[in-house]
Order: sequence, then C-alpha cells, then structure tokens
Amino acid sequence: MNTRKLSEKLGFAMLAACMLIVTLLLAVILFDIASKGAGRISWGFLSEMPRNGMTEGGILPAIVGTFLVTLITAVLAIPLGMGCAIYLNEYATDNQPTRIIRMAIRNLSGVPSIVYGLFGVVLFVQLIHLGTCVLASGLTLGLMTLPWTITASEEALKTVPNSYREGALALGATKWQAIRTNVLPYAVPGMLTGTILGLARAAGETAPILFTGAAFFLPFLPSSPLDQFMALPYHLYVMSTQHHAITLVRPIAYGTALVLVVLVFAMNLAAIILRYRLRMTRSE
Amino acid sequence: MEKVKIRAEDFSFYYSGCRCLKSVTMDMRENTVTGIIGPSGCGKTTFLRSLNRMNDVVLGSRAEGRILLDGKNIYDPDVNVVEIRRRVGMVFQKSNPFPKSIFDNVAYGLRINGITDRDFVRERVEKSLSDAALWKEVDDRLHKSAFELSGGQQQRLCIARALAVEPEVLLMDEPASALDPTATAKIEELIRELKRSYTIVIVTHNMQQAARISDYTAFFMLGELIEYDLASKIFTTPSKKLTEDYITGRFG
Repeated sequence: MNTRKLSEKLGFAMLAACMLIVTLLLAVILFDIASKGAGRISWGFLSEMPRNGMTEGGILPAIVGTFLVTLITAVLAIPLGMGCAIYLNEYATDNQPTRIIRMAIRNLSGVPSIVYGLFGVVLFVQLIHLGTCVLASGLTLGLMTLPWTITASEEALKTVPNSYREGALALGATKWQAIRTNVLPYAVPGMLTGTILGLARAAGETAPILFTGAAFFLPFLPSSPLDQFMALPYHLYVMSTQHHAITLVRPIAYGTALVLVVLVFAMNLAAIILRYRLRMTRSE
Repeated sequence: MEKVKIRAEDFSFYYSGCRCLKSVTMDMRENTVTGIIGPSGCGKTTFLRSLNRMNDVVLGSRAEGRILLDGKNIYDPDVNVVEIRRRVGMVFQKSNPFPKSIFDNVAYGLRINGITDRDFVRERVEKSLSDAALWKEVDDRLHKSAFELSGGQQQRLCIARALAVEPEVLLMDEPASALDPTATAKIEELIRELKRSYTIVIVTHNMQQAARISDYTAFFMLGELIEYDLASKIFTTPSKKLTEDYITGRFG
C-alpha cells in the first residue's frame, strides 16, 4: 500500500475515531442516567409532591415549575425575537450602526448564563421589584434566549426568496403587507425551529434561575407568576449536593436527571421534526 | 397617433455613484407594444423598473427627471406608490409564482388591495386566467400548487396575477427568455391580444421578438436612449449607425 492510500485511510480512521468518541460519551452519559434513573420513574414520581424532607414522593413541582418558566421565556423571546429579526432583515439599512447591533446580538449569545442570572437579579428582582419569582426567572431566561431566537429568525427570513417580496410589491402591496402575507408565512416554521432549540436550552439552565426565583423546596405549586417555584435543573443540583441525605436521595436525583434529559430531547426532537416537515414542503 | 400613456421626461437614475440612465425622454403610447432592446447592462431593466417605481427598493439610488403617467409625475412626493404599482403591473424575467395554489396566486393582488368578496374574487380570477390564455389548462386544478405548472404556464400565471388587479400598463421584463419556442409563441400571441386593452412595455434581448411584436421600439445603450421610433422603421431603416450595427449583429 503506497503512502497516499495509507494517509487517506489514516485520515479517515482518525475522523471516524473522533465521531466514535463523541457518540460513546453521549451513550455513556445516557446509559448512566437511564439505568440509574429509570427505576425511579413512575406515574407517582411524575405527579406527586415530594414528601418526608424530599426523600420520598415525586417531583411534580419541579416539572410544573420548569414548564411555567419555559412558558414565560417563550412569551418574551418569541414576539420580541421575531420582531427584532423582521426589523433587522426587512427594514434596517445596512450601515455601521446596524452592523454593530447585529454583532452585539451575536455576542450576547456568548454571555455566560450566570452573568444573565446576575443581571436578572439586579433588573427584575430588585430594580423592578418583582422579587424572586417565576416571572423574574422567566424574563431572565427570555433575555438569554433572545439572541438565539433573533439569529434563527433572521436566517429563516433570509431563506425566503426576494422574488416573493418583489412580486408582492409589484402587485400594489405595501412593504408590511408583502412581509406579512408573502414572507412571514414561509419564514415562521424556520423561526419556530430555532426558537424551540433555544427554549430547550433555557429549560435546562440552572444559573439564571438560581437567584431569580428557583427555590430549594416549596410545599405548594406556584399559583401566580409572582410566586417562587421549583425547577428540574435546580432540583437536580439540590438533590445531588445540597440535600442532608444525598446518598439516600441519589435515585431521586437520577430520576430528575432522566426526566430533564427526556424533556430536552423531546423539545429538540420537535424542532427537528418541524424542520424536516418544512424542508419537505419547501422542496415541492 | 395614439394617446401618450406614459412619458419619460429627461429621466436619469443613479445607483452607487454610477449614472445608470442618462436623460431618457420617451413616449409610450396607449394600447401599443413598446419594445426596448439593447445589449446587456445598458439600463433596459432599470428603465422598466423605474416606470412603476420598483427601483425605490434599491438602497442608495436616486431618480431625476419625471415619469408621467396620464400626465402626472409618479415621482411626486404626494403620489401613493402603492397605487402606481397597481396601475402599472409588472411581469418579471424569471417567473415567480408564489408558493400558494394557482387560485391564491391570482387572487393575491385582489386580497391585498382589500377585495374580499368571494364571488367577485372568483370571477376576477377566472377572467384573468382566461385573459392570460391559461384558464382552460387549469380550471380543474385551481387549488393545486402553482409549482406544478410548466415554465410557460407559470409565466402565464404571473401574467394572470398581474392582470387580476386591472392595471392600465403592463411592464414585461424578458417574459419569454426562459421559455421554449412553443411557449414563447404563446406568450407573444398573448401580448398581441393584450395590447387591445393594455399599454405594454416589454424589454427583450431577442431582436426578432421585438421586430415581431412591438409597434414602437427603443434602442438603449449604456444607459442612453439611442433611437426610438416605429418598429417598422427601426428594423428596416434605422437613423443611427449604432442602432444599425446592433440590429445587424455587429455587436451584441
């Protein structure tokens, strides 16, 4: 075998090895969580409140809390993010201020989540006097998700051919009419896909909700946006490190981890299916 | 001599520092076909797009001079550009059906102009598709996607879509350039039919086509109107040498 063929095979082998290592890592993590957590999963686990100092019972409040905070995140991030993307892509002129704004948005997605948490404490908890609550956490996570939503929405808008915009204008549509009736309907699926991915990430974040509303234990479910709440990622942290009997409750921690992983996977899967579906309709 | 429908008066167009159109003065007459010919990049399409202010969307551009539609300058500040675009319709070079059904494509213009009466819309869609010589081919599949049509049919759909809002002028940018000879012949026949009700301005690369269908022909080069006259005169005894050289294929 000559050296060229050898180096070709070597190169391929190295790349394949990288892929295998990554896949193996994921498999190990998933296997660990699933094997140790599956035993704990039951309908009771998912629907009951924690009992007996959180050593027994279920994780219902954490599930509900994560759901509620993700909902508020969505309510903030989706309209604001889409609106911003529409303005940037359809209306803003390509000058220096616009470019700086775009760069700022891209950079915002790289800000560490704990910094967002701190920002949320100062702005939402203290300055606006919301106190620590679901709303404050949801708004903080919403801010964190915004750069993702804006970027994904801009990309989605860019995939809509310009001929649709021009065709609509040539028929006597105003610019907003053209966008609303002939651009947005085709961009929204892509916008939603990116947003769902961002929301899946937000659902699993601990740092932003740490100081802004997540609680160690609450014997009741949040009844208003101004209540504190429990959340899956924080509950996992609590069960793993803060509880007074961590070895005893380890199975509960694993169960929580499994529920969280399944939730995030489900959201990612929904986004992938949505993207697949819209690729199918686009190619017709 | 027909009445003048659109008149360009000393019209210039600037884009990115370059002067793409230089003081064009030209009359386009009602119910005639005005053909615009010339080599690539000479401003034909730019001129056409100026007639319905589609060039407004080009950033950093500037228009000078006047374009008079029925005597009123469409570049006046008090003019509603949306209304101009309804009165002066456009069919693009590459047919651009919307990703909707055939029916919804044609009805689009009506709906965005506020017409929602379903019977009226249905009638108008049928009339437009008939005027565009497409009705018989699609009347049984109006709710299928427009993308299922052939290239020639899609272009006729775009024509029907433009006709639905009842424009007075129809601007066509090389409408048959992407079509095979049969489809091209259909479009040309359609244009001859349409000029009875509309004023048509057509940009074309195909000189033989211009000779076939235009009543008046304008020869553009590098942003300037070199010669404008009856087609019969331009193609037999052009006044300018440049025109003659282009017509006879000495350059292209």
